[in-house]
Amino acid sequence: MRIGDILVPAVVTLILLAGVYRGVDIVREFSEGAKESLTTVIDILPSLILLMTAVGMFSASGAVDIIANVLSPVTSFLGFPRECVSLALIRPVSGSGALCTLEDILSRVSPDSFTGRVASVLMGSTETTFYTISVYFASIRRKAYPIVFAGACFADICGFVLSAMIVRLIM
Amino acid sequence: MCAFSVICSVVHGDTQQLSSAAAQSCGEAVKLALSLAGTMALWGGLMQVADKAGLTRIFARLLSPVTRLLFKDCDEKTMKAVSMNITSNMLGIANAATPPGIAAVKGMYKHGGKYMKRNIAMLTVLNTASVQLIPTTIGTMRASHGSTAPFEVTVPILIVSFVSAFAGCLTVYALSLGRKSDAHR
Repeated sequence: MRIGDILVPAVVTLILLAGVYRGVDIVREFSEGAKESLTTVIDILPSLILLMTAVGMFSASGAVDIIANVLSPVTSFLGFPRECVSLALIRPVSGSGALCTLEDILSRVSPDSFTGRVASVLMGSTETTFYTISVYFASIRRKAYPIVFAGACFADICGFVLSAMIVRLIM
Repeated sequence: MCAFSVICSVVHGDTQQLSSAAAQSCGEAVKLALSLAGTMALWGGLMQVADKAGLTRIFARLLSPVTRLLFKDCDEKTMKAVSMNITSNMLGIANAATPPGIAAVKGMYKHGGKYMKRNIAMLTVLNTASVQLIPTTIGTMRASHGSTAPFEVTVPILIVSFVSAFAGCLTVYALSLGRKSDAHR
């Protein structure tokens, strides 16, 4: 945790020091870059609203439990802990939802148990896939290409299956 | 997805929660965008400073063996943005990764060309796989729940995210190969 606490301030300081060292007009360049980012945020806001509403409805509807139940024969065959199925399902759509689910899992089972370890590895090795895709494609105002979904979903599925396998193998 | 949620909530018998969730989460999106605006502006500004100070060129050169393999036909500015995006992701500062990531996607889109779609897809997939050197958030959470070795998951996470990122890139590569032969016909 020490590393995590120091990382962001260290990077900020490093960048600013390098700027000073190279004689960059820091205030002017900073405001220029910041302004550009602000326009981007406005660009992506409409699609963000749509996505977040859909995600909010998805997680409130109990859909996760239903899908987890349907998938349970497959997942138990793969040796995937029951609790981690919900985490795997919520992880690609909602970052905060996934954090809540992980918090919930870790408070019910020990972080050093098999389930706790799988949940941790799963959480760390995947991203909020759909949010990332929508941010990048909103910035160029295009619909996401099908190959992006194919690649990202395949990567996610690999991540889910591998996280259970690797914990079994090397931990 | 919305329709699916509606069906599921009817099955689950909790329709009231669904309507409040819909109303609440669109407000939350604006809240998220506001907080996002702050961090994005901060990192966007810092990235601009880093670029002018020549830091991005160093990272671009360090990562060029990998980036040159994954991205074809990109100008130097885009490559620099890609490198900063990957570097920030590896450090685990997602907010710092987004501004250069968006700049890179925009650059690739504007540049166009035969590899445009593949490049954009590749970058997006890389970002969804999150290759991260030190999983700070998870380490902290594990420690707070009394783990004896909160960071023991670091290596497994690295392996899994690396392999799944590779699998994702391979999928994009394979599928865009098929696409190209379509275009030639």
